[in-house]
Formats: sequence, structure tokens, C-alpha cells
Amino acid sequence: MFKDITIGQYVDGNSVIHRMDARVKILLSILYIILLFVIDSIALYAVFGVFTAFLVIISRVPFKYIIKGLKPMLYILIFTAVINLFVTGGETVLWQSSLWKGLKITKEGLTIAVQMVLRLVFLVIGTSLLTLTTTPIMLTDGIEKLLKPLDAVKVPSHEIAMMMTIAIRFIPTLSEETEKIIKAQKARGADFESGNIIKRTKAMVPILVPLFISAFKRADDLAIAMDSRCYNSGKKRTRMKQMKMTWIDAAASGVMIAFSVFVIIIQRF
Amino acid sequence: MIDAKNITFTYDEEEPKKYVLKGLDLHIKRGSFVAVLGHNGSGKSTLAKTFNGILLPSGGTVYVAGMDTKDETKIFDIRSTAGMVFQNPDNQMVAAIVEDEVAFAPENLGVEPSEIRRRVDECLETVNMSEFAKSSPSRLSGGQKQRIAIAAVLAMEPECIILDEPTAMLDPKGRSEVIKTIKELNKSRNMTVVLITHFMEEAAIADRVVVMNHGRIEMDDTPSKIFSQVEKIKELGLDVPQVTELVFELKKQGIDLPSDIITIEECHRAILEKLKKGTKND
Ligand SMILES: Nc1ncnc2c1ncn2[C@@H]1O[C@H](COP(=O)(O)OP(=O)(O)OP(=O)(O)O)[C@@H](O)[C@H]1O
Ligand SMILES: [Mg+2]
Repeated sequence: MFKDITIGQYVDGNSVIHRMDARVKILLSILYIILLFVIDSIALYAVFGVFTAFLVIISRVPFKYIIKGLKPMLYILIFTAVINLFVTGGETVLWQSSLWKGLKITKEGLTIAVQMVLRLVFLVIGTSLLTLTTTPIMLTDGIEKLLKPLDAVKVPSHEIAMMMTIAIRFIPTLSEETEKIIKAQKARGADFESGNIIKRTKAMVPILVPLFISAFKRADDLAIAMDSRCYNSGKKRTRMKQMKMTWIDAAASGVMIAFSVFVIIIQRF
Repeated sequence: MIDAKNITFTYDEEEPKKYVLKGLDLHIKRGSFVAVLGHNGSGKSTLAKTFNGILLPSGGTVYVAGMDTKDETKIFDIRSTAGMVFQNPDNQMVAAIVEDEVAFAPENLGVEPSEIRRRVDECLETVNMSEFAKSSPSRLSGGQKQRIAIAAVLAMEPECIILDEPTAMLDPKGRSEVIKTIKELNKSRNMTVVLITHFMEEAAIADRVVVMNHGRIEMDDTPSKIFSQVEKIKELGLDVPQVTELVFELKKQGIDLPSDIITIEECHRAILEKLKKGTKND
């Protein structure tokens, strides 16, 4: 069920994107996402697509990982497309149902649907590229460093980062466990495939209950194991891998900022 | 190394009758390999947790390398002196990459980055897992995960390592990998080892076996002396190693064998000798 989740799946490599500082990579990814929501012309999406393809190619991450990240999104994408296609009102009617006049596709609806789908696709590709080229520890360390200034207003930056580290670590463990429980319940005659939504939701209860019980047990064990290894919520903590910025980060920031300026200028005129 | 003086412990202060540890003295010598046996619920895990200050005894005192575990200012010294490995390898891992997992403890202790790197490489080498430094623990076998957990504790450079049923969830191959690693640490590094286990064959390789029963120490001796008392061991709800059982049954049949046999080799030799002697006498 969760096997397709690519978050936290790091693909080892030595490309320029792999060698970028995590902090810079996170900030530039945020810029990428903002940009994605600024643009709204099909031509600019094409430009964006070319730029994204360029990033994927220089990251040297095998294409199948990118596709894998998109797979669990399939239903959301279809849903978004359908909703936008039929709900958006507009002047230019392209198609109208002969049975019910309210059901129609307009040019505006089609444009919005295509844009929303492209936005989501690029959003997933962009963020997967970040997590696929950054080790989970670097990623959470980067987030911690970026949130550090907010400590002054009582944002627990270290705890947030630690929570994310543990969550990433436990995704495969818990997904394996879920599969095991589903198999065990099926072997006892549980039926997850038939019936209406309510019935199917009810069928999830015997999966969730044991899953939660075991998750609490794991949390308990982990807390003791962390205590035993002198964990002390970030006080005087050091890091094995130090972050440092190099010319690669300067160059990458330059490229990204130039691209943003270019996109915004085209968007405005 | 570890000195427990008349310790008692209860999880429930309200109902002091339910003591899990009932006045227990134990001294573990530096460099020794002690196995702890006992039926389910006899208090082994509870005892282990008092050895690094995860639990504080309700009465009595535990000293680790001379430090009182109640002394809060020394808690990190105590925990890095007496490292602890637990039963479930999945539940004690924090990081999603092996080398980050091993780096976790020294990072907590504020060790210099270059020194952490050195320790991580060395500890992974010690447990024979260097080639997996960059892998994700979720792809490893149980035995490999447990060896990573041992490396993660060794990175604190402890003097003593306490293992609470480290092989309970492993297959026979994983079990022998882990036991080999532990034995090697004790023999070549002179590391003090406390091994809690349900496997009698594992206890047989220790220098000393402590048997717990309802929160007390019932027996405390060398493995061969302990396992020669087959009936008493069985009374305490435990088993003896298979070879010991075999010798015990043979003796019952009137075949005179030494009763302190605990390894397959010893048994093999003793039986061969017996057979040779037997043919000579005829
Ligand atoms: N967190 C806890 N809260 C309350 N009671 C506990 C707790 N942990 C253990 N106990 C109780 O303390 C007693 C001793 O448990 P302990 O885990 O030390 O035994 P053990 O010898 O390690 O057993 P096992 O062989 O099953 O691991 C048991 O009766 C158990 O029910
Ligand atoms: Mg136990």
C-alpha cells in the first residue's frame, strides 16, 4: 500500500544536485513550488517542463523513481482533472451532454484542468527530486537549520526535525506491518474488496487497531533505545556530516533565480 | 564494573507487594561475560534497565564503574559506559541510513565530527557491516540489523554492553552472527558483556550464568556447574542445552560421564573416550 511512496527513498549518487547543500536545495525547491503557482499559461508550463526535465537529467536519478513517485498520485490526478473539467464555468462550450444541459466542457474548464494536473505533476516531481537526491538526515538537518532562527519564537526546530527523521525511518517498517496485518486478516476471512464505502471503511478497523497498538509499542521501545544512547533533545548535539556551501550552491541558486526572473517577466507581459 | 547492592524495584508504588526485583545483589566483574537466565516475567529486563539508569531502583543502589545511577549529573557517563541493545532490531533504530544510525549516540554526546566519522567506520568494521554503511536498515536481515544496533552502541565506546534477548527475533543464521560478534567483543576487546537470553546454548558460552526466579537470584555459577543441575534448572522453568540433556539421560542409564559437559565438542570427546575405554575393558 505504501510501497510506492518515494519520500525518504534516497538514491545514492554524486551528481551536482546530490552535492548541493541541503539548505540551499530546500529553499530552491520552495522557490520552484512558488513559481509553479505563479504561472498560468500553457506555454510557460511547457518551459517549466523543459526545465524540470533538465533537472532530472543532471540529477542522474533513474527515470523509474520519478514515475514511481507519480503512481500513487494517479487517482488524485484523475479526480482533479475531472472536477476542474466539469465544474469550471466558461463561455466557449466545446461539448455538451445531450441528456443534461448542465454537463458540459468549456474551453476555460479544459485549460484549468490541464493546468491543475500539470501543477500537481511538477509539484510531485520537484519534491521527489529533492528527497531522492538528499539523504534523510541531511534533509531533516537542513530543515532544522532553516527553522533555527524561529527558536526565538518558541518553534521547536530540533524536535520537528527529529520527528521527521523518525517518521521517515518508520515508513517502510509500518507499511510492511500493514501488509502483514492485512494478509493475516484476509487469512481469517476478512473482506476488504466488496461492499460500499461504509462497509469497506468498517473493514479497515481490524487493520488499524493492531497497527496502532504496535506503533505505540514501537514508540515506547524507541524512546528507551534513544535514552540509552544519551539522547538529550539537541542540547550540545554535534553532527557527523557537516553542511557547507560550495560554488555548486552559488551556481544552482544563480540558475534558479535567473529562471524565476525569466518566468515572472514572461508571465507579466 | 556493575555493582547492584540489595536492589528492589516495583513498577507500581501504590502496591508495593508487587515487587519485580526483591532485594538482589550482583557484582559483575570487568571483562567478564555473564549470561542471565530466568523464566518469563522473572525480572531480567527490569534488572537490565536499572544497569544504565533507565529505571532507578526503588531501594538499594546500582553502581556503574563506581557511579551511582541515581546521580543525575552523571547519567550520560553512565549510559555511555554501559551500552544497551534490545530485543527488537526495528524498534531501536532512529535513522534511515546505517551510518547515521551508528553516528546517533556520539552525536548526542557532542563528539567532534571527525572523531564521529572515525568511530562510525571503526564500529561498522567491528561488526563486519562496513559495506552496508550507506544502505537503509529496512533492507537488511534481522541479524544484520542487530549487528548495526551493536555498532550503534559501540560508538559510545562503552566499557560494558548489556544485551536484552538480542537474538529472540532472529533466525538461526542471524542468531549465530550476533553471538559470534558478542563473543568476539568479549574475547578480543575485553568488553564486559551481560547477555540476557532464553537460549541455553548461548548461555553456555558465558563465563558465568546467573539464573533469576521471581525477582531474586536463584543460581549463580559457571555454566557447567549450573547446567549439571538439570533437575533444578527444570524446576525453575528453564531448559538445559541439548548436549547436557543427552549426558544427563545417559547418566541415568548408568553410563558414567562427567556432568559438566556443555558444548558439542566436549560431549563428542567424552562419549568417544567412554566408547574406547568400554571396548578395552571387554
Ligand atoms: N512497564 C511496565 N509496567 C508495569 N509492569 C511491568 C512493566 N514491565 C514489566 N512489568 C512486569 O514486571 C515483571 C517482570 O518483567 P520483566 O520484563 O523484567 O521480565 P523478563 O524476565 O524480562 O521477562 P521476559 O523473559 O518475558 O522478557 C512482569 O511481571 C511484568 O509484567
Ligand atoms: Mg525481558
